[in-house]
Amino acid sequence: MTGERGWLRASRQGDRLIFEAGGAWVIGAAASLDRQIRAAGRPDARFARLDLGALTALDTAGAWLLRRLENELSAAGATVERAGLGDAFVPLLEQITESDAAPSLPDTRPPPYRFGDFTARIGKAVIRAGKRGAELLGFLGLVCIVALRTLRRPRRLRFATLVTHMEQTGVDALPIVGLLSFLIGVVFAFQGADQLRRFGAELYTVNLLGIAILRELGVMLAAIIVAGRSGSAFTAQIGTMKVNEEIDAMQVLGLDPIEILVLPRILALLLTLPLIAFYADIMGLLGGALMAWGTLDISIPAFLRQLRSPLPGWTFWIGVLKAPVFAGIIALTGCYEGLRVARSAESVGRLTTRSVVESIFLIIVADALFSIAFSYLGI
Amino acid sequence: MRVDGRVVLENLDLEVRRGEVLGVVGASGAGKSVLLRALVGLLRPSSGRITILGEDRAALGAEERRSFDARFGVLFQDGALFSSLSVAQNIQVPLREHLALSDALISELTRLKLAVVGLPVEAALKYPAELSGGMRKRAGLARALALDPELLFLDEPTAGLDPIAAAEFDALIADLKRSMHLTVLMVTHDLDSLAAICDRIAVLVDRRLVVGTLDELLQHPHPWIRSYFAGPRGRAAQRAAG
Repeated sequence: MTGERGWLRASRQGDRLIFEAGGAWVIGAAASLDRQIRAAGRPDARFARLDLGALTALDTAGAWLLRRLENELSAAGATVERAGLGDAFVPLLEQITESDAAPSLPDTRPPPYRFGDFTARIGKAVIRAGKRGAELLGFLGLVCIVALRTLRRPRRLRFATLVTHMEQTGVDALPIVGLLSFLIGVVFAFQGADQLRRFGAELYTVNLLGIAILRELGVMLAAIIVAGRSGSAFTAQIGTMKVNEEIDAMQVLGLDPIEILVLPRILALLLTLPLIAFYADIMGLLGGALMAWGTLDISIPAFLRQLRSPLPGWTFWIGVLKAPVFAGIIALTGCYEGLRVARSAESVGRLTTRSVVESIFLIIVADALFSIAFSYLGI
Repeated sequence: MRVDGRVVLENLDLEVRRGEVLGVVGASGAGKSVLLRALVGLLRPSSGRITILGEDRAALGAEERRSFDARFGVLFQDGALFSSLSVAQNIQVPLREHLALSDALISELTRLKLAVVGLPVEAALKYPAELSGGMRKRAGLARALALDPELLFLDEPTAGLDPIAAAEFDALIADLKRSMHLTVLMVTHDLDSLAAICDRIAVLVDRRLVVGTLDELLQHPHPWIRSYFAGPRGRAAQRAAG
């Protein structure tokens, strides 16, 4: 970057090759110097002389290019001599020569795609998923043991922590859960009315709404939002503590991380998610009722009457019954993935994403299992 | 210089000479890190000017600033390597970002930088989390040196290293300074490196800087400076450096 740009001139005198290098041989000019060296070619000669008198600046990149040129010339069988190298550049070239003894970098390119790689990848993913499922089950067992132990000495439960977590996972989630359920109720009522009007059965929109929201949507929506809000927070909180070696510090101090970190979170979610699901039910029905009133002229009292008459009494309880199960899934995966974080910030992010995806997946699987079980029971 | 409304540094006057190693010392919380962050352009001084390599960074346009930033290297305290990239890729980041070099040349230069900072070739494929603290520092130094900077900032380069590794790191810095004609500004607490490789030392006390060679600072009347250099550790380091 100081003065003239680096250049290289090659000439020939009999069986002597003369390279003249000058200007600034620095990294900024390295790309062009690299090309100039390639362009100079390598006609075989017995002697080669590098005339370096005109060099104005030299850095490691430039020194390496010179060194590489020398290497290639001597590999082609020439005797190489240097001339005119300024004193200031001698230590650098010495250092580069010394470092040149290092072996070259291993090849980092991924192996080319072979037939069957794709199926192998699927197979590996299945095995890994199976292993993780088994580990998660093991974690559930561990949490149960710790929970039973704590049950005998309920004093050990951190009450203040529990309340804080309940506030963060429950109270703080109310606005977003309420808004989304309300909107889903509105959309459902609108779409349902549109379809049912063709049969003159608009009134049954209310039944549709009641069953859909109370049985499935309310609790599902609440669980998915809580998984995104709190499940991810659990993983990130515990994961960050893991990165900071706080979990290790706890163990050394004789504190059980499961008891202190995992148990209050699971308990908090078990207690709050049913309440949030109930709240989501109410808000969803409210949205539906307002929509029914607006577009179908079904007044609120009529809506309530219609809602009550044909619904089996347990519809609501079916929905709320699922909530603790979903809560267990969310809290368990969130805490489990948090404890799996390795000692890098990157793994916190990766496992947080995974915990959300995993818990939503498990929630939907559990919901399907519930449906099957209920249909067997004839409910 | 203010941080969060608190005056951390004021009326500083510091001149770094080309080709010297300047050590910056000061009590914890005295503002060494703030000074370093202001120098490399991460913080803006609330008043005054910082001129590096003859340019005022704050006065440059975005494009000029990019090429200007390539002229100095920074080694952060724990290396600050990109954790999702291998060591080799870390070193290649500035090379690929600022220059259009061929892949072969990039790979050769990476190999060279690793050798220069004394890392084995096997370390190239490792990720930062798999390296020891000393190796992370060396890898961070290799990245800082990737573009052959004229000026190098080091933040506590020997902190957390055992004495042997710290002495080796000092020797490495001295070596590089000699061969690459580097100017080095290092924040350090290591009295041994201050005595061994620093040409001058700047002490941050009472939000100001006192600059001088080790011998000059030994005669300084300020109580903090006296206890820093004349304490048992300071005397041991001077004896070791002869």
